[in-house]
Amino acid sequence: MPVRYKLKEFLFETIIRASGLASIIAVGLIFFFLLKEGTLLFQTQTLGDFLLGKKWYPISEPPGFGILPLILGSLLVTLGAAIISIPLGIACAVYIAEVAPPRIKEILKSGVELLAAIPSVVLGFIGIVTVVPWIKSTFDVPTGLTAFAGSFILAFMAMPTVVSIAEDALHSVPKIYKEGAYALGATQWQTIYRVVLPAAASGIVAAVMLGIGRVVGETMAVMMVTGNSASMPKGIFYPVRTLTATVAAEMGETVQGSDHYFSLFAIGIVLFVITFAVNMTADVFIHRRRK
Amino acid sequence: MVSPKLSVKNLSVSFDGKPSLGGVHLDIAPHIILSVIGPANSGKTTFLRTLNRLNDEESAMKITGSVLLDNKDVYREYDPVILRRKVGIIFALPTPLPMTIFENVIYGPRRQGIQDRNKLSATVERCLKEAYLWDEVKDRLHSPAMKLSGGQQQRLCIARTLAVEPEVILFDEPCSGLDPISTAKVEEAMSKLKKHYTIVLVTNNTKQAARVGDQTAFFLMGELVEVGDTGSIFTAPRDRRTDDYISGRFG
Amino acid sequence: MTALSPKITQRVAFSLLLASAVTVILPVVVVILVIVKNGLAAISWEFLTTMPRSGMREGGIFPAIVGTFCLVAGAIVFALPLGLCAAIYLSEYARQGMLSRVVRLAIVNLAGVPSVVFGLFGLALFVDFFRFGASILAGSLTLGVMILPVIITSSREALDAVPKSFREVSLSLGATKLQTIKHAVLPHALPGILTGTILGIGRAAGETAPILFTVAAFYLPRLPQSVFDQAMALPYHLYVLSTQVPNVGVPIRYGTALVLLTIVLLMNLAAVTIRSHFRAKKKW
Repeated sequence: MPVRYKLKEFLFETIIRASGLASIIAVGLIFFFLLKEGTLLFQTQTLGDFLLGKKWYPISEPPGFGILPLILGSLLVTLGAAIISIPLGIACAVYIAEVAPPRIKEILKSGVELLAAIPSVVLGFIGIVTVVPWIKSTFDVPTGLTAFAGSFILAFMAMPTVVSIAEDALHSVPKIYKEGAYALGATQWQTIYRVVLPAAASGIVAAVMLGIGRVVGETMAVMMVTGNSASMPKGIFYPVRTLTATVAAEMGETVQGSDHYFSLFAIGIVLFVITFAVNMTADVFIHRRRK
Repeated sequence: MVSPKLSVKNLSVSFDGKPSLGGVHLDIAPHIILSVIGPANSGKTTFLRTLNRLNDEESAMKITGSVLLDNKDVYREYDPVILRRKVGIIFALPTPLPMTIFENVIYGPRRQGIQDRNKLSATVERCLKEAYLWDEVKDRLHSPAMKLSGGQQQRLCIARTLAVEPEVILFDEPCSGLDPISTAKVEEAMSKLKKHYTIVLVTNNTKQAARVGDQTAFFLMGELVEVGDTGSIFTAPRDRRTDDYISGRFG
Repeated sequence: MTALSPKITQRVAFSLLLASAVTVILPVVVVILVIVKNGLAAISWEFLTTMPRSGMREGGIFPAIVGTFCLVAGAIVFALPLGLCAAIYLSEYARQGMLSRVVRLAIVNLAGVPSVVFGLFGLALFVDFFRFGASILAGSLTLGVMILPVIITSSREALDAVPKSFREVSLSLGATKLQTIKHAVLPHALPGILTGTILGIGRAAGETAPILFTVAAFYLPRLPQSVFDQAMALPYHLYVLSTQVPNVGVPIRYGTALVLLTIVLLMNLAAVTIRSHFRAKKKW
C-alpha cells in the first residue's frame, strides 16, 4: 500500500479518535468555565451565605446573594410538577407498553414525541394565555403567575422523558414473567400491577429521576409563568423565582466582572451539580435494570 | 514435494480465556481443496477466520503459534489488508452488499484504487464467468444484488472474492443455506477454481467434504484429530472418533 | 362492602390508564389548535418578509427568521462532523472498557445539562474567552455543543444497526478499516444519521436560553452582515413579545409562535417520515 495512503488513513483515524472524546471535553469545559467565573463570588461571600442566605438583592447596597429563596422556588415548582407528572406519566407508559392496541400505541407515541418537540418558549407563551388566566379566575388569586402555573407547565415538559424511559423499562420485562402470571390465572391488570410494574421498578425510578432533572433545568417556560418574585416562597399559589429563571432574567443586566455576574455563574454551578447528580444516579438505576 | 501454500504451526486461539483451538499443526499444499469437517463448536470456523485475520476485530482474542502463507508469517510479516487481498473468504450465508451486482463484484478492486471503467467491466465479466453466474445475470448487471436467489447470491459472493485476485479462498459452510441444485452449482465452481487457487472448505456436510475435498481434516473440540487424503479418511480413518463422526454416530 | 371482581377492577384500571395517556398528549392538541386558530390571521407574505416596526408592535419578523436560520446552520456545521466522528469512534473503534463507559456517561450528562447553563458556558467560553462577542458565531457554537448528544446518540444507533456482516465482507475483500466505514457502513446508516440531524435542527431552532447571552438581540431591524454580528431569533423574539413589550397586538404574538412551531414541528415530521420510510424498505 502506498505510504501516502497509509498517512491519510492514520490522519483520519486520529481525527475520529479525538472526536470520540468530544463529549468528555465538552462536559469538562462547561464545568471548568462555570467554576472559573462562579468561584470568584466567594472572594467576597461565604458559601454558607450564598446557599443559605434568605435575601437575594444582587443590586442593592449592600447586596444580598442568598439563593435559598431561589432554591426553595425551584424545589416548590419541581415538587408540584413531579406530583402531576409521575402518576400521569407512568400510567401513560403502562398504557402504551401493555394495553394499547398497535394503532393507538403509534398515535400516542408520536404524540409524546411531538410534546417533546414543542419549544419551551412556545409552552410558556401558551401558559401565559391559557393556564395563567385560568388559575387566576378558578382559584381566585391576585395573579395567575404562580408556582402552580410553573408546576403545571413543567409537568408536561417532564412527561416525554418519564413516559419514554418508563416505557422502555416496562418493555424490557421478560415475557416469561407475564406468561407465568397468566398461567396462574391472573387477569391482565393483575399481571401488570403485581408482576410487570415491580419487575420494571428500577427503570421507572430512573425515568422519574430524569424527568425531575429535566424540570429542575427548564428555564424559559418557568420564567414566563411563575411571576419571578425572589422572596421566600409563601405557597403554591404565590409568585416564585427559580434558579434557572434568575440566571436567564438577570444575566443581561449584570456588569461583567461584578459580584452579581459571578453569582449567576455560581448558580450555574449549583444547577450543573444537581443535574449531574440526577443523571449519574438515574444511570445507575438504568444499569441495575439491565442486569 | 512442493512447499505448502499455507502452513499452520502449533496454533492455539482463545476468546476471553476460553480456548477455542489448541495446538493445531497443518500444511496445505497449493491447488488443492482441503475440506474441514467436525461438529458444531469444534473450532473449524475459528480456524478458518484465523487464516486471514478476520478475527482481529474481536477484542478478547489471544493467539499463539503461527500461520505461514508462502513461508511468511501471517500475523507478524503481513499487513492484514494485504493479507486479505491474498486470502479471500466466502461466508456461510450469502452476504451481497445492498448495491448492484456490478458494484458488488468491483467492491474489492475499487478499494485498491482501480477506476478504469473498461478494466472493471472486464473484471466483472471474467469473475462472473468463473463463478458460473454470468449467463444468468449478464442482462441485469445493474440491478440490485439482493434480488438474486440465494444460490445466485452465493455465487456472486464467489465472483466478488475472485475479483480481488486472491491466491487462497476460504469457504465457511458456503452451502448451508442452499438447496441441492444451488449446492451442486457452487460445488462445481469450487472444483474448477482449484486449478488457480488453493481452497479451504469448512463444511457441516461430510458428504460434501467427500465429494469435493482432495484432503480432509477432522476437528473435534478445538483439536485437529486427523488429516489426510479424503479417500483414506473416509475409508480407513486412523482415529476412532473420526470413524464415529463420519459414520454418523454423533455430530 | 364486597371486593370488586377482578374483571371490573381491570376495566376501571384500563379506563384510568387511557384517560392518563390522553391527558399527557392533550397539550399537543391544545397548543397546536390555539396557535393555529389565532396565528393564521397574522401570517402574510409581508409578515414573513419585512422588518419589525414601531418597537416590534407592527411589521414583520423577517430578521428573526433569518437569524434563526443562521444560528441553526452554524450549529449543524459545527456539531454534525464532530458528532458523526464521535459516533464512528464509539461504534467502530472503541472497545468495551473504562474509556467507552466514561464517554457514554459524558454524553448522558451533556444531554442533561440545563439549557441556561449552556448559555452561561457559551458566554464564558465563546463570548468572553475567545472574544467572539455576542455574535452568531458564539450562539451557533453554543447551540452546537447543546445538540451534540442528540447527533452522537442517533448516529451511533444508526451505525450500530448496520449488520456486522457488511463490515466483515468489506474487510475480507481487502478494504482498509476506513474504506470499510466509508463504503460499507456509512451509506447504510445515512437515514438514521439524517433523522438525528434533523431532530437536532429542530431542537436548536426552538431553544431560547442558550442564545440569551450569546447572540440574541432584543430589537435589531436589519439583517446580520457577518458571523460576528448579533441577530434576532424566533424563540427569543416570541419571549420578548410575550413578556417584555407591552401592548403588542395579539396577532403578532400568535403569528410569531405559529412560525416557530411550524418550523420545529415540520423538522420533526420530516425526521419521523424519513425514519419510517427507510425502516419499511430496509433491505437486510
